[in-house]
Amino acid sequence: MKTKEFLFKYVSFLAASLSILFLLGIILSIFKEGIPLFKEINVFDFIFGRRWHPTDEPPDFGILSLIIGSISVTIGALIVGVPLGVGSAIYVSEIASSNAKEILKPFIEILAGIPSVIYGLFGMNILAPIVRKIFNIPIGLNIFSTSIILGIMIIPFVSSLSEDALRSVSKDVREASYALGANRIETIFKVIVPAALPGIIASIILGFGRAIGETMVVLMVSGGTATIPSSIFSPVRPMTSAIASEMGETVKGSLHFQALYGIAIVLLIITLLSNLLMQWFVSREKNEKKIY
Amino acid sequence: MKRKFIEILGETFLRLSIIISLIFLFLFLFMIFSKGIKVISWEFLTRMPRSGMTKGGIYPAILGTFWITIVSIFIAFPIGIFSGIFLSEYGKPKWLVDIIKTSINTLSGTPSIVFGLFGLSVFVIGLNLKVSILSGGLTLAILILPTIINSTVEAINSVPFDFREAALSLGATKSQVIRNVVLPYAMPGILTGTIISVGRAAGETAPILFTAATFYSRRLPKSLMDEVMAMPYHIYALMTEGTSPQYQIPIAYGTAIVLLILILFINGSAIFLRYRIRKRRG
Repeated sequence: MKTKEFLFKYVSFLAASLSILFLLGIILSIFKEGIPLFKEINVFDFIFGRRWHPTDEPPDFGILSLIIGSISVTIGALIVGVPLGVGSAIYVSEIASSNAKEILKPFIEILAGIPSVIYGLFGMNILAPIVRKIFNIPIGLNIFSTSIILGIMIIPFVSSLSEDALRSVSKDVREASYALGANRIETIFKVIVPAALPGIIASIILGFGRAIGETMVVLMVSGGTATIPSSIFSPVRPMTSAIASEMGETVKGSLHFQALYGIAIVLLIITLLSNLLMQWFVSREKNEKKIY
Repeated sequence: MKRKFIEILGETFLRLSIIISLIFLFLFLFMIFSKGIKVISWEFLTRMPRSGMTKGGIYPAILGTFWITIVSIFIAFPIGIFSGIFLSEYGKPKWLVDIIKTSINTLSGTPSIVFGLFGLSVFVIGLNLKVSILSGGLTLAILILPTIINSTVEAINSVPFDFREAALSLGATKSQVIRNVVLPYAMPGILTGTIISVGRAAGETAPILFTAATFYSRRLPKSLMDEVMAMPYHIYALMTEGTSPQYQIPIAYGTAIVLLILILFINGSAIFLRYRIRKRRG
């Protein structure tokens, strides 16, 4: 009896500890494969080097254009996805009737479940030709098209976290605002949204993390050119796209292989930081709620 | 007057933002279906590809996705449930629980391609599991683990406290309470999260790029150590490799339809299950 109790608790404990192990394993393995690169190339040249020619002789491993590629499509995605995602969240939590809510929420979830490769297919084969025609440009695979697809992809993530934040604003606050004679929109934008702001910021950071880490869409839609973009209609090669498309051609342990893991280190650091920041905002929101 | 105008403007914006999302969803589904529906047939689902991927079916890709997904769920489900039990039922020491929770949140925010590189470094090369169903399944298992853990924690926390106390007062031990009272009550919620994870695992591409997937295999997989074709990777490969896009693109859309229907069905059943739970509990 006693041993059975102990065993059950111990197994649960071990299972839960695996998450720490997996996270450490991911961080260590990426660093282990990537760090040897920096014996050959210094970190500064790697991050701020403008030339990414990994297969030339001699090769160039500067990832500035890849970083700028990632950042440009991510900013684009936020411009498209944040207003739509936060707007949808406000609509669902503040305006929609409970019946409409019951119908709308599953649709947003369906959007979240669509595999990224199918978004990529849509962007590459349907959206890009349309963009090319409308703007009369030579290639439709560029920052603009990628931003639209990525932006739509992050809507469900932004929206669901924002909605949690909006929903947890206490009812008293709303009623106090109406009692002062404010109408619904004034209440939403001057009272509820400010009260839910930490959570909404967390949802934007979540969207940022999703967009910068997304692989298949950027791989298929961003055009793949490793140069610093000159306009929103320039093709780019974001970090994830370089890793995914080049890893297959490399030999294990080669400089190119290590450089791709080096890119993953940069990506991992960015997402780790954005994640911690997001969790900080979420916990701040929870702490503030206790005051009411 | 100005106030009224701003109110109308604001509501229109909010309404539009959800309408745009919905219009996109329908347009998206309609376009994918209309471009791929003509290649869908019984043969498409049950035959091997022929003539260098330009004809024939996608049977091996369906089978590959099936096996990779099964392996990942098989590994992640027990780990996820036990983790959830530890976090919500034992929950001590607090500092450890905090570290575990932070790890889980961080894992769920890690880009899928990083999981792929981890799988390549640790499973494919390190443990010498090669590019295989097993390597891909293990990689995906870690990717979906946070979802299963979080839904387990949420489901367990929704179990009314009276249930536990009633069982404890009857002399049940803690583990008996968990197994016979808490888990049965929480199971529908846990399953909802697990079903969503199944959909996630089936649709992911980046984690299996270097750990499990191959564009073309002549035979069906015989063991967990075989590399496989998989539907998500097949779509990508058809669009970016090969020399006959005019034949490959329709097959890519056909594959996308099969994958979409599978995932819509999976997620639909999760949404339905959750709806049932909420209704039952009022």
